[in-house]
Amino acid sequence: MNLTFTGLVVGAIYALFALGYTLVYGVLRLINFAHSEVFMWGSFGAVWAMTLLGARTGMSWPAAIGLLLVALVAAMAVSGGVALVVERIAYRRLREKNAPPLVALISAIGASFMLSEIMGLRDRIAGWLNLDTVLAPYVRQARENTAFVNPLPNVQVLEVAGFQIRSNQLIVLVAAILMMVALDQFVSRSRLGRGVRAVSQNPEAAALMGVNQKRVVQLTFFIGGLMAGAAALLYLVHIGVTRYNVGFVLGIKAFTAAVLGGIGNIRGALVGGLVLGLVENYATLLGLASSWKDVVSFLLLVVVLLFRPTGILGESLGKARA
Amino acid sequence: MSTATTPAKPTFAERWTALPKPVQIVVWTLIALFFFVLPLLNLPIISTEDAEFGAVLATVANYALVALGLNIVLGYAGLLDLGYVGFYAIGAYTVGVFGSLHGQVPWFVLIVMAVTISTASGLLLGAPTLRVRGDYLAIVTLGFGEIIRLTALNTEWLNGARGITGIPRPPSRELFGVPSLVWDGAVAKVDLGQGARSIFLKFGLLDAVPYYWLALIVIILVLIADRLLQNSRVGRAWEATREDEEAAELNGVPTFRFKLLAFAMGAFVGGLSGALYASRVGAINPDSFMIQLSMMFLAAVVIGGQGNRWGAIVGGVVVAYLPERFREFADFRIVVFGLLLLLLANFRPQGLLPPRRARRAQRADVATKELEGTEEGARA
Repeated sequence: MNLTFTGLVVGAIYALFALGYTLVYGVLRLINFAHSEVFMWGSFGAVWAMTLLGARTGMSWPAAIGLLLVALVAAMAVSGGVALVVERIAYRRLREKNAPPLVALISAIGASFMLSEIMGLRDRIAGWLNLDTVLAPYVRQARENTAFVNPLPNVQVLEVAGFQIRSNQLIVLVAAILMMVALDQFVSRSRLGRGVRAVSQNPEAAALMGVNQKRVVQLTFFIGGLMAGAAALLYLVHIGVTRYNVGFVLGIKAFTAAVLGGIGNIRGALVGGLVLGLVENYATLLGLASSWKDVVSFLLLVVVLLFRPTGILGESLGKARA
Repeated sequence: MSTATTPAKPTFAERWTALPKPVQIVVWTLIALFFFVLPLLNLPIISTEDAEFGAVLATVANYALVALGLNIVLGYAGLLDLGYVGFYAIGAYTVGVFGSLHGQVPWFVLIVMAVTISTASGLLLGAPTLRVRGDYLAIVTLGFGEIIRLTALNTEWLNGARGITGIPRPPSRELFGVPSLVWDGAVAKVDLGQGARSIFLKFGLLDAVPYYWLALIVIILVLIADRLLQNSRVGRAWEATREDEEAAELNGVPTFRFKLLAFAMGAFVGGLSGALYASRVGAINPDSFMIQLSMMFLAAVVIGGQGNRWGAIVGGVVVAYLPERFREFADFRIVVFGLLLLLLANFRPQGLLPPRRARRAQRADVATKELEGTEEGARA
């Protein structure tokens, strides 16, 4: 029971993170390798917002929730912004030149290296700009774990069949699922969402029908970034620390989740994320040490792809509800 | 357009093939010789100040060899393999496990074992996974690379996170000292005394030059094999599969078998380079085989120009050498490297040396345009 719940919580974070991969893949047929850095920057956005506002543990409930909401906005804003920057520097020129996808992959890897190292060197960069004293709480120990001060008291709120569910876990799960549903509705109901689906289905026809493809692509990156930012905050609530290279492994996991559910499929990302989270945590039941859980998740991916080469729900950002 | 079409200027390749065979051989030998003495020349500007030049060259050669191997998979057969580091790790771990941790197998046997095991793992991975295509293959191979690393990390038999030390070096001969040049401004002087540290074929801890020579010999052998393969039926089958898999299959190319062969070949070279790497550095641990390394290998092939074996070598050199050369900016070199990747991808998407096929296609394009131009001219 505890395993199931932890699995769902982790899976929900994967799922939110995976949305960025799945949206971009659905529209551009590209693996956006810099998405993990979008997540990482978002996590620092949240940490910095909390530092700025002087968060501390044991605040009153309304204040704590307000602070968390501010951190959520900060993380989403930073992630969304970074995602737009990635689109601008790593992809736009290549798209205009119709470059092969592999080149876009290399470009994204370049952007990813840069983004992660700039964050890892932020103390040095601040030193150059003579801002190190002013920005000290934000830049120091750039290559160490940076803690997130969670203002919420992490109390037990529910007890199901003798197992306790803590408030943090509940918040993460509920928030993640709310975000997913909101996005799903946005893409299937709104005008912009219709544009996204049109481009993912047939870019040329969409362009002929007056869809501004450039705008749609930017929007896709931006929404993916927003979701990564939300995932980053929830990750911080769940785990508590971030690091300049935190995005990498987590990014691979999220990407695995996206592929597992069927990349390009928004609901697939949810399914893939939850399945991945559950399987990872259940692996400990099989007598495997928890250090094996990453191996289990990749093996699961290989096996699923062998039998269902397009993922559990198949590939269908455009097709399903067109 | 009434002017007669001027014959296109002969390209470098055309002029080169027009040279008599003996001249070609002499030039090749001179080039190879240059690379063999390069670490002894200590050329200004090229030579690295903050790291030992021989060691840097050995690393560069290692990258070039890996890039050659990945180029077979990615450049020739068009299979996006993001877990190439897995084969590299298998090669290195084979040498470590059977040469130091659980056995005392002689070095030459170790190398044979390493390539055998990595090739077998290439077949094992390829047989089920080559049915999935394109991006999905990329993910499966990415997963494979991580599985290998995590298995090494979590298996007590493989010494887990502690890794393996005391990996055997190649057998030494210690025949004579090789003199090297010392530069005083623009004046070179031959150093016969203490500077002659490179003992011919002494594979020790201090001097990396013999490892560089060894890697260079392996690279030359692989280049020859690569050339023979690419110009054979196999090479044409790969090219056909890469360009259009369905069309190739319909024309009677057993694409699956050739893809598997490319995978096995790539794994062979990957395992070989991993084994050489392990016996040079003497100690490995799971952190030596992160996915980032796979990305670097991929970058080497794409920067150089996928599908071009010289391009792969150039790419390997760029990826391995630049960060070493600019150690002054040590902390920022990954940022600079990332920026470089971005710029190269944006401004030279074909790579530094585009494959011959791309250039052929370009020339054919120009020729067709000219033909169309003259026809219009004749009609007018």
